[in-house]
Amino acid sequence: MKTEPRAAATGKDGLSESELLGLYREMLLIRRFEEKTAEMYQMAKIGGFCHLNIGEEAAIVGTISALRAADYVYSNYREHGHALAKGVEARAVMAELYGKETGTSKGRGGSMHLFSAEHRFHGGYAIVGEALPIAVGTGYAIVYQDKPEVVMSIFGDGATNIGAFHESLNVAKLWKLPIVFVCINNQYGMGTAVSRASAVSEIWKKACAYDMTGERVDGMDVLAVRAVTDRLVSQARERREPSLLECVTYRYKGHSMSDPDTYRQKEEIKEWQGRDAILSLGNHLKQLKLAGDQDLERIDQEVTAEVEEAVKFAEESPEPDPRQLYRYVYADEEAG
Amino acid sequence: MPVLNIREALNQALREEMIRDEKVFLLGEDIGLYDGSFKVTRGLYKEFGERRVLDTPIAEEIIVGTAIGAAMAGLRPVAEMMTVNFILVAIDQVVNAAAHIHYMFGGGVKVPLVIRAPGGGGHQLGAQHSHSHENWFAHVPGLKVVAPGTPADAKGMLKAAIRDDNPVMFIENEGTYGVKGDVPEGEHLVPLDRNEIKREGDDLTICAYSRMLVVAMDAARDLEADGISAEVVDMRALRPLDMGPALESVRKTGRVITVEEGWRSFGVGAEIASRIYEEAFDDLDAPVARLGSAEVPTPYNKRLEKITFPGKADVVVTARALLGRN
Repeated sequence: MKTEPRAAATGKDGLSESELLGLYREMLLIRRFEEKTAEMYQMAKIGGFCHLNIGEEAAIVGTISALRAADYVYSNYREHGHALAKGVEARAVMAELYGKETGTSKGRGGSMHLFSAEHRFHGGYAIVGEALPIAVGTGYAIVYQDKPEVVMSIFGDGATNIGAFHESLNVAKLWKLPIVFVCINNQYGMGTAVSRASAVSEIWKKACAYDMTGERVDGMDVLAVRAVTDRLVSQARERREPSLLECVTYRYKGHSMSDPDTYRQKEEIKEWQGRDAILSLGNHLKQLKLAGDQDLERIDQEVTAEVEEAVKFAEESPEPDPRQLYRYVYADEEAG
Repeated sequence: MPVLNIREALNQALREEMIRDEKVFLLGEDIGLYDGSFKVTRGLYKEFGERRVLDTPIAEEIIVGTAIGAAMAGLRPVAEMMTVNFILVAIDQVVNAAAHIHYMFGGGVKVPLVIRAPGGGGHQLGAQHSHSHENWFAHVPGLKVVAPGTPADAKGMLKAAIRDDNPVMFIENEGTYGVKGDVPEGEHLVPLDRNEIKREGDDLTICAYSRMLVVAMDAARDLEADGISAEVVDMRALRPLDMGPALESVRKTGRVITVEEGWRSFGVGAEIASRIYEEAFDDLDAPVARLGSAEVPTPYNKRLEKITFPGKADVVVTARALLGRN
C-alpha cells in the first residue's frame, strides 16, 4: 500500500493527442451541461433535487475515461457528469431531468436515478453509501463468470462514514473483486466539512483497515487522476486487487440547487476556482502545442451545441403516458 | 410420493435449481462450511463448492447488496438471512434498492433475487430473534412476498421464486422446518401469486399462512370433532395478495378468522379484513376476527412466550365465539 499521496502528473502521461483532447472535450461537455441544467432548473423545467458536478470534472473524467465500454459504473445522486463520461448521450440525460419518456430512466427516475444498461452505467442511487454493496455484487458476478470486466464504484466523502462503505471494502478485498472504489472528496457532505464528520480526514487512509491499496490524488488535475486510475483499473482487471482512490476536489456550487451555501467562505470557493481543471488542461494543451485558442473555442462550440440539442430533444420529447403509471413495478409486466 | 419435512423440501429445491441453472448461487451467514444455521443448505457447500455456496461475514447489508448487484449483472442469487429479524439491518437494500431499482431505472434492469428468511418465535429466543416482519415487506411495491406452510409448497414456491425475475422475499418459519408432508419429485412449481383452500368447510373461514397454517389445520380438526366445519385458506401469496380463494370462501361461510404470528396492528390480517370488507361486506354475518401475537417484544420466559403467540386453542375459542357456541 502506498503511504504517501501521489504527486500531480506532468507531461503527456502516455496519452495520445486525441486522448488528451478527448479528456478536455468531456470535461467541458460536463461543465456546459451542468451550467445549462442550472439554467433550466431555475426556469422550473427540471424538478426535484438537482446536484451539479461543476468543479469536479477532472475527478469524474480522469477516473471514468480509464474504463472500457464493458466495465460498470455505480454512482450516487450527483451523477449527471458520471453518466455523460460513461458515454450516455447528453440528450437522454437531459430528457431524464425533464422527466420525459425518452430519458435514461423513462422519466421514472429523475436527476438522482440515471441509468443505462447499454453503457453499463448501472445507476445513480440517492441513499448515501447504498450503491457500494451493490457494486460489490456486480464484482462478484464478474469473478463468478470469469469475465475481464471491472467495476468502478463512485461516491462522495460523506459515504465513507457509513457502515456500507466498510462492509463493501472488507468483502471486496476478502473475495478479491475487481473493483475500484472512487471517493470524490469535494470537502463537504452537504454542509458538513469532512473534518467535522470523519475522524480520518484523509479518506484514502481508510483503505489500510482492509489491507487495500489506498491512493490520494489531486482531483483538479485530470492527467494525474487518469494516471493513477489507469494503474488501479489494471490491478483490478489483471490481479483482481481492489483499491480505494480519493480524488480531492471541490464543487463550485452548493450541495443542490436549493442550497444557499452559507457554510463556505467566498474566498475558499474562489481559491478552488483559481485551480480550475478545464482551464489548466487547456493551458497544458496550448503549451504542448496540441491545441490553440481557436481549437479550444471550437470544442466549446461543439459541446455547447450538443447541450443545446439535448435541451431541444428534452423539450420536444413526450411525457410518460399516465396509463403506464404501474409499468415497471414488476419485471413480468414488461409487456403491459 | 416421498414424504419430506420443510427443511428437506427447501434443500431439494435449492439443489435442483442449482443443478438446472449455473447462474443460481447461494450466499449468507454460515450457509456453507457450517451447513446452515437451520441446516436448510446442508450438503450444498460440499456438492457445489464455495463459489456457488458463498459464506459471508455477519453483515446483512453487504449480503443483500451483493445479491442485488449480482442479479443486476445476470446471476440469480439466493440470499439467506439467519432470521428475518436480522434483515432489518439491511432494510435499505431491500426496500430502497431491490424493490425500486427496476422501476426507478425505467425497466432498464431486472433484479431476480430471492431472500430466504425464517421468522417466528416459540424457542425462547427473546425479543431480537422471534418476530415476524412479512407485513413490512408486503407493504412495498416491487417486492414479491410468499410464506408457504407445507413441504410441497415450500419446494414449489422456492423453485418458482428462484426463476422469477423480481426480488422475492421468501418467508420461512423456524417452527415449521420439521413439518412433514408429501412432496412431488423433480419439476414441481407452485405459482407465487396463487392462494389456495387447504381444507374445505362450510361454517367459517380461517385465513392463515406459514406456521399459523399448521395451527389453523390443527384447530380445524378439533372443531370438526365439535361439529364445526371450518374452511382453511392458505394465504401463502402475500404480495401480490391473491384474495380469490378467501373471498370465495367468505361468500360461502360468512364468517372469517385471520391468523398471523406477528403483531396484528397494521398487519396481514388487517389487510385481508380490509379487502373482505371492500369486496364481500354483504356476505359477512359477523365482523372479521383477527388473531396475532400479543403486542409485546417477545419475552424470554417460557410461560410468557407461550401466551404471546396465537395457538390452536385461540383459534378454536374464536371460532366458537364467532358461531355463538361459547
